[in-house]
Amino acid sequence: MMGHDTELRRELRRYLIGFALALILTVVPFALVAWGALSFGTALSVIGISAILQGVVQLRFFLDIDLSTQKREDLHLILFTVLLLSIMAAGTIWIMASLANRMIA
Amino acid sequence: MTDKCHPGINLGIRHGEAHQHAEKVMFGFWVFLMSDLVLFGVIFATYVTTVTPMGIAGGPGPADVFDLKSVFIQTMLLLTSSLTFGIATLMLRHEKGIRNIVLWLCVTLGLGLGFLTLELRDFATMFASGAVPSRSGFLSAFFALVPLHGLHVAAGAIWIVVMLAQVAIFGLIPMVKTRLLRLALFWHFLDVIWIAIFSIVYLGGLA
Amino acid sequence: MTALLDWGWPLGVFTLEQLPFVRAYNNPTTSELIGAGAASLVVLGGLAVLVILTWFGWWRPLWRNWLTSTDHKRIGIMYIVLSLVMLSRGVIEGALMRTQQATGLNSGFLTPDHFSQLFSTHGTIMIFFVAMPFVAGLINYVMPLQIGARDMSFPVMNQISLGLTAVGAVLVMISLVLGQFSTGGWTAYPPYTGKVFSPGVGPDYWIWSVAIAGIGSTLTGINFAVTIYKERAPGMHLFRMPLFTWTALCAAILLIFALPPLTVSTLMLALDRYLGFHFFTNDLGGNLMNYANLFWLFGHPEVYLLVLPAFGVFSEVIATYSGKRLYGYASLVYATMAISVLSFTVWLHHFFTMGQGANVNIAFGIATMVIAIPTGVKVYDWMATMFRGRIRFSVPMVYATGFLILFVIGGLSGVILANPTIDYQVHNSVFLVAHFHNVLIPGVLYGMLAGYHYWFPKAFGFRLSEGWGYVTATLWIFGFAFTFFPLYVAGLLGMPRRSVSFSDPSFQPLMLIAVFGAVLIMGALAALVVQLFVSIRNRKVLAVPLGDPWNGRTLEWATSSPPPEYNFAIIPTVTSRDMFALDKARGTAFEASQNYKDIVLPKNTAIGMIVSIGGTGLGLALVWQIWWLALVCVTGMLIALIGDTFRKDVHRVIPAADVAREHKEWLKKIADAKPVNRLEEATPHNTGFAAQEDAQ
Ligand code: HEM
Ligand SMILES: [Cu+2]
Repeated sequence: MMGHDTELRRELRRYLIGFALALILTVVPFALVAWGALSFGTALSVIGISAILQGVVQLRFFLDIDLSTQKREDLHLILFTVLLLSIMAAGTIWIMASLANRMIA
Repeated sequence: MTDKCHPGINLGIRHGEAHQHAEKVMFGFWVFLMSDLVLFGVIFATYVTTVTPMGIAGGPGPADVFDLKSVFIQTMLLLTSSLTFGIATLMLRHEKGIRNIVLWLCVTLGLGLGFLTLELRDFATMFASGAVPSRSGFLSAFFALVPLHGLHVAAGAIWIVVMLAQVAIFGLIPMVKTRLLRLALFWHFLDVIWIAIFSIVYLGGLA
Repeated sequence: MTALLDWGWPLGVFTLEQLPFVRAYNNPTTSELIGAGAASLVVLGGLAVLVILTWFGWWRPLWRNWLTSTDHKRIGIMYIVLSLVMLSRGVIEGALMRTQQATGLNSGFLTPDHFSQLFSTHGTIMIFFVAMPFVAGLINYVMPLQIGARDMSFPVMNQISLGLTAVGAVLVMISLVLGQFSTGGWTAYPPYTGKVFSPGVGPDYWIWSVAIAGIGSTLTGINFAVTIYKERAPGMHLFRMPLFTWTALCAAILLIFALPPLTVSTLMLALDRYLGFHFFTNDLGGNLMNYANLFWLFGHPEVYLLVLPAFGVFSEVIATYSGKRLYGYASLVYATMAISVLSFTVWLHHFFTMGQGANVNIAFGIATMVIAIPTGVKVYDWMATMFRGRIRFSVPMVYATGFLILFVIGGLSGVILANPTIDYQVHNSVFLVAHFHNVLIPGVLYGMLAGYHYWFPKAFGFRLSEGWGYVTATLWIFGFAFTFFPLYVAGLLGMPRRSVSFSDPSFQPLMLIAVFGAVLIMGALAALVVQLFVSIRNRKVLAVPLGDPWNGRTLEWATSSPPPEYNFAIIPTVTSRDMFALDKARGTAFEASQNYKDIVLPKNTAIGMIVSIGGTGLGLALVWQIWWLALVCVTGMLIALIGDTFRKDVHRVIPAADVAREHKEWLKKIADAKPVNRLEEATPHNTGFAAQEDAQ
């Protein structure tokens, strides 16, 4: 077993790396939007990708979640949430967009 | 028993009973957070359907009411508070003493309150300019979604105060440790929700 | 906004004209008199309960053994009591509506408004305060026993969940006496339920009873899931769990993920009504379709979370009374999981006609039809379980038979409705009413009643009277058929649902057949009450204290009846499916242990009652806009809940010596008992110790 303090230092470093990555992934989309440098579509994809990446970064570095955990059962339940949420959100937007289109047409 | 008995940061085996107890309560709290995530998720989906000419109904739209600079500062405050709570958790995990834990909790609390102050100030500005929830479907959805997150942060802040009291009264007994662990999870979760809010509501609205 | 901040009159918007007695006095029509009669029943019933409790001195035991208990078994029983009480109101309302429509050619005796209130309360009660608490109660009672656990993972939260569910039911009951309930149906669609079209308090009653109970249900779901994940006895892998527990797990997952959209939609409706938001209004960017979408994101998974545990009950019942192990266990598990996931992909079939494009409709229509496949798999598995079994035609098996035949019909009418083009023709007709009663009554209700009959002796130590059981089950089955099959025909003829009267004389004979069915159902309800009464009176003869009256296969039968509060003296070790059947076959089911241990259980707590009373106060305050009361209740509950986390001394210990003594007494009784074979199952010889002549 590692010494107490080396472990602490290693974990602290993990947090700081995570923080730095999150910072980058926040500042970039903010800057792009603030300067209005990109077209709407491109901006939206950059924002979307940064958001997803930052979600992963936070899970990985702040919450120490990775795919090698021994407790697979628990992780499954958590991943299942993401599946259901995508079904609900995507379905909602699809349905409401279809309605809106037909009301304008 | 292993050093990692639930997803997220663990106390570790050296915490004995508290670590063992954590398996059940932490998993329960994860499940609760997932339920809460779905709650936010469907509000997000509904919000998105209102950022349309029909939903805005001739009232002020995102570009008229959002203050990007203030939102950026709020984001920084919340992100930093996530880091400081993380440090508090490490202090707990590595048994660095009550003083260190309390110190980092207080820093987190301060950042959280700073976030809330700025957010409330933004809301006040919006209200003053006539951007009230009863103006349009879009503003209704905005004022359901963003303040709900703020309400969660406020609850988290109260929870920090309660935990400071419990640390003072009971010391770091197992019950208090596992509660701090859950509070940490809650706080990180609020930051993740905020990523979605600033990306979808603010940046998406202003892009 | 001004009304909102008006603190002047301490009772908010409440006035005396809101009392049904005053209304009936001012305007003595049949409708108002029925309303006043129902209100008097609630008041008199409440008073009668108070008098009885005081007369027999039952307040203290009630408080100590039940209301403050954190024992999952007692909480489960309280859920079921709540459900049965609400069932009687729901059934009476259903019968009243059937009577109205039987006389409804151009007239009838109820006003349209009263009829609307009846289908709104009936639907809301049946779904949220009959079916949900019955399911929650059975799972609460049975699941921890089936997995060899001492209790739920979070016993105190369990108590709070019950308290919140009760708040919802109490609010609906109070709406009979103070003011009026919503007229917007159990779905409460805006903009009709918005402030413009429904300025009264009705929709507010609906909102708060459903929202508060919904929070309780979410917590229940979390509790069930964590319990099943974390409290299983050693060796009980997921694939060794009894099927009922599997369905409980899936129901829990549905609760956790399906309740949030309901919470969101009800609270958004509340924001519209109270604070002038524009989520679902007709003007200023509101969009009622968002409500339909959110509500059914919850609504469809909801019906599966009700029916899956019923499937679980039938799986246990059919295996036990066929004397065989369940056929196709793995396929049943996978079918259950498939149904749970698919149930999140079909919600749009409840609003095919809302106006979205054909592609959207087709996608959801196909997804809906796909659910029929895993359901069909289950039906075949149950039939294969019975095939070549030694079937005992007990009361739960009568329900199971009725279920298999009738539920398939209901399911098939569902597949018909899943076709959007057909749905365009029959939606909003009584064809739909026939369809959903056809799955809810034979599916959910028969399942729950079968479970009630099956596990009653476990909970109370005596069987329910079989004779009255057969009467009840038969009446339910024929009553259902006579009431609802005519509605399929009337629906195809074009009779709209939710209509107080009609003008087409060809509906008339069908309505008369239906009211005959409703009479049979009222008989079934009465028989259910008589059965309970007769069984309690004959409890000595019906006693099965040794715990295993039906030669059961799963762990809940491996302990005495009623079980000790800690469930098992020694936590069983599991090496196979149907562990108790295996233990009995090997002769190792009833053995004393060398090392009994102290057992730690949670202490009683009043927090559930505090939340329950505070929640009721809050609900009433919000309905009647009594802001000071709302403030008092919220602060009170917060202080109580936070204060509760400062309690350190929350456990009590049952010494190992006591556990050992109780266990050995029970084992001795078993050693002295005469085993009973299956032919004598329904006779006084049955004391709950099963002979193993036909073990397989
Ligand atoms: C036991 C005998 C029952 C009778 C006689 C009965 C009768 C009725 C009637 C007459 C209606 C109104 C139909 C219409 O709108 O035209 C109705 C609606 C409804 N029933 Fe039942 N019912 C019974 C049991 C149940 C059960 C067990 C459930 C659920 C578990 C249930 C759930 C509902 C629902 C959800 C509605 C729709 C309410 C609405 O329109 O908003 N019913 N029932
Ligand atoms: Cu459905």
